Amino acid sequence: MSEHLVDIRNLHLSFFTPAGEVKALNDVSLFLDEGEVLGVVGESGSGKSVTASAIMGITADPGRIVSGKVIFNGHDIGSLDEKELRKIRGKEVSMIFQDPMTSLNPVYTVGNQIEEAILLHTDKNKQEARERAVELLRLVGINEPEKRIKQYPHELSGGMRQRVMIAIALACEPKLLIADEPTTALDVTIQAQILELIMELKHKLGMAVILITHDLGIVSSMCDRIAVMYAGKVIECGTTDDIFYNTKHEYTKGLLRSVPNLYEEESTRLVAIEGTPVDMLNPPAGCPFAPRCPQCMKICLKEMPPYHEFSDIHYSACWLTQKAEFEEAGKGEE
Amino acid sequence: MANQDILVEVQHLKQYFPVAGSSIFKKAYVKAVDDVSFAIPRGTTLGLVGESGCGKTTTGRTLLQLYEPTAGRIIYDGETIFDSGLDGKKVKANMLPYRRKMQIVFQDPYASLNPRMTVGDIVGEAIDIHHLAASREDRRDKIIKMLERVGLNSEHANRYPHEFSGGQRQRVGIARALAVDPEFIVCDEPISALDVSIQAQVINMLEDLQHEFGLTYLFIAHDLSVVKHISSRIGVMYLGKMVEMADSNEITFHCCHPYTKSLISAIPIADPKISRASKRIVLEGDIPSPVNPPSGCHFRTRCPYATPLCAEKEPEWKEVSPGHFCACHHLDQVK
Amino acid sequence: MKRFPLSFQLKAEDFLPASDAEKQELVVMRESVGFWKDSLRRLVRNKVAMVSLVVIVIIMFFSFIVPSFYPYSYEQQQKGAENMRPMTYSQEEQARIDAGEKVFPHFLGTDKLGRDYAVRIMVGSRISLTVGLIAAAIILFIGALYGSIAAFFGGWVDIIMMRIVDIIYTIPDVLLIVLISFAIRRPLEQLSEQPAFHWIHTVGPNLVSIFIVFALLYWVGMARIVRSQVLVLRESEYVTAARALGAGNGRIVRKHLLTNCIGTLIVTTTLQIPSSIFTESYLSFLGLGVAAPLPSLGSLASSAINGMNTYPYLLVAPAVLISLIILSFNLFGDGLRDAFDPKMKK
Repeated sequence: MSEHLVDIRNLHLSFFTPAGEVKALNDVSLFLDEGEVLGVVGESGSGKSVTASAIMGITADPGRIVSGKVIFNGHDIGSLDEKELRKIRGKEVSMIFQDPMTSLNPVYTVGNQIEEAILLHTDKNKQEARERAVELLRLVGINEPEKRIKQYPHELSGGMRQRVMIAIALACEPKLLIADEPTTALDVTIQAQILELIMELKHKLGMAVILITHDLGIVSSMCDRIAVMYAGKVIECGTTDDIFYNTKHEYTKGLLRSVPNLYEEESTRLVAIEGTPVDMLNPPAGCPFAPRCPQCMKICLKEMPPYHEFSDIHYSACWLTQKAEFEEAGKGEE
Repeated sequence: MANQDILVEVQHLKQYFPVAGSSIFKKAYVKAVDDVSFAIPRGTTLGLVGESGCGKTTTGRTLLQLYEPTAGRIIYDGETIFDSGLDGKKVKANMLPYRRKMQIVFQDPYASLNPRMTVGDIVGEAIDIHHLAASREDRRDKIIKMLERVGLNSEHANRYPHEFSGGQRQRVGIARALAVDPEFIVCDEPISALDVSIQAQVINMLEDLQHEFGLTYLFIAHDLSVVKHISSRIGVMYLGKMVEMADSNEITFHCCHPYTKSLISAIPIADPKISRASKRIVLEGDIPSPVNPPSGCHFRTRCPYATPLCAEKEPEWKEVSPGHFCACHHLDQVK
Repeated sequence: MKRFPLSFQLKAEDFLPASDAEKQELVVMRESVGFWKDSLRRLVRNKVAMVSLVVIVIIMFFSFIVPSFYPYSYEQQQKGAENMRPMTYSQEEQARIDAGEKVFPHFLGTDKLGRDYAVRIMVGSRISLTVGLIAAAIILFIGALYGSIAAFFGGWVDIIMMRIVDIIYTIPDVLLIVLISFAIRRPLEQLSEQPAFHWIHTVGPNLVSIFIVFALLYWVGMARIVRSQVLVLRESEYVTAARALGAGNGRIVRKHLLTNCIGTLIVTTTLQIPSSIFTESYLSFLGLGVAAPLPSLGSLASSAINGMNTYPYLLVAPAVLISLIILSFNLFGDGLRDAFDPKMKK
């Protein structure tokens, strides 16, 4: 299994707040190969951003990895110290965030910030770094890069800032780009530009991408594989076609049903997922989705469902699969 | 359309805001809403779509007279409630009675509820303002009725907003708007701050309430597929101007403005087969600042069909087919 | 292929549909906590703030309650008991003790006029605390009112009112206190002749002018804080929502602005108390404070300066007390801020 670029094995990560332990990640296992695009879908609090930060070796206080391993490009992230992690971050893996304004430093020019990333990880001199910065800005589709390089973040529009963030992230041609809701703060037409750009760069540079989003529309066109997260668990994972056309988990089904379809002539009533998201401070004993699940069974309330593999890469955790198998076995005995 | 019962009508509405820091002598203005007209028949929903800075939120708030319009006329149920007039004489109705008829639901369920008030008091505020309850018990009963109407219960009345999830808070916001038994509700991006699994709940609830009480909505959102789902008619705005308006199916399948076309094509579709096959029209460039919009047609800087004519002359608001209006010089080419 | 082999036996009834009631049991809302209760809980959990509060309460007890049944009074001069070291007795007192009488000890000795220093310190801190509390109240009242009016009406009202604040900021306070105390000395003395205003004589014109200066100058900081708070709140969506419901200005101020400002007001006022005490102390130290024989911590320290080498405790005691009062009010204020600030909420 070690040939994967990213290999997360049974990761448990908790935040120890004064109010109690919040199990942000509860037995998460994921892998990613080189050049692959993985979509991580989930709502707020599902643990999708925490997973991404764990790959970078960042766990915000009071979070702590309780058990499990994160292996990135052969490094065991959990065993590295801060200095070694810094070498990896930005060079082998980098991340772009939802809000490009807060992730850029307002008192430095765009050029400074790109150059800093280059100088930190390569042995280029200042002049070469500057040239590289211009080249990067051109790469991310910013026109007149020589002029833009002298501007401050507030002089740029939201879409432009996100492009700059991408340029910084790509400064050392990382093997993996993590995009954490990269377009949530942007307008639809700008979102289309940025997504197009990420895909184009992926093909050009051959890097792997983890795309974190809550929008099923975005992952459907961009990703090779999709992991659906709910309450700190990967509840279903498979190829994009598996997730959309061979859906196994009730939550994934619910998500797909609840999105309005633009191209239907007559509006049909949406099928909503009832209930409210789980309170992560006291999660239910069984399947976290059980209280909202239309097909909920008695066992769902008591026991966490085991993973069931439908193919090498498509698996999900739902008692309904177990039920089908159980009934199958019962028939066989008769 | 003329024989329909129009509840809300807006004519040539303008809302300019002075730019902070501009000179006192030569004030710069943001033309947040620039000459927008529409009418909403009773019991229907008009959707307004557009990107940030297009003025859709301002249109909704100006319509409710939360800002005083710079110019234009607002007619509610046959009564003129605001008219800037041609001779500069403004007509302004006393809004208090209309506050019971026109309500608003906000985008951010975190910012729109007072954190120091219980949910019961938030919903009860309207009852207090308009003296709708005869006694304390009556007030309590009314509050519980409103909470139950939006899927909450009496237990929730004594709790504070921070104890609720985003979807539940949005329900409280809707209950507050419903407390005065309004006829017309401005839904200002009511679902964009909510989780995907909750959005459908709120949309369904808004639809149910519309059927039950015959409500009229102005539904504002940036997500065209949501607007299409809930609205019978859709207006598309760009930099303070209405660029296209038609029935929702007409907009989706036969839109003629290049901006609407790119907006529709930019929507990510949650179906890999369709989204892989379709080629996106990706617009170049950014949305210009509304302080200093391009001359002529505001969209020309990003429009693939732009010609020198677009810079010189503002396109006319033309009826393309019955009920389908559009403002573009190059309609014949766009098709 | 199963990732986790099942460790327990499945039964057919496990796969029966669960009832709504069973599902609902899992959805438990946390116990409801109101704003005040929540803030109080956070405050109580803050050890530093609680220790400061205890210190403040103890100091208040000693300065406001103990002097009333203390055997010595602050102005009582004892012949032959001048400049005594702590816990020593004068010859006369020694004689009484020898005679079998019980004599209350001078814990901190006496000053050069033979007054018990412990009671003077207590009364001195009473004066300092009173000045701090009254000044904070004046500042709260004027500053909050001024700031909220400026912010609420906005536009030209705001511009003019805030320019006045800017001008007030430039006036040197010590100079003004000296000027005012000279200007009002004569009228105040005349006023104190009248029986109802006898207290002016006791506190002295300097202290009155300090209060006047507090009222004139020191509220500007509070006004600015309140103004910026109200400006933010005024634009909040729930205020817009209230307007859309038809709420008038009075209702918006009472129900929405005031209730959301109250945390800031409490915190700022609490932090204002030590700074007022500090101002009073240094003015008294410079001889601009309370009139003799009334002591304040500043004037006690000031008069102890001369004998600093011989009687260091006369200086150390008031100095330590000033530091202790100011430190504990500041730490308590910080604790309040953490408790009231919802952004710090965990």
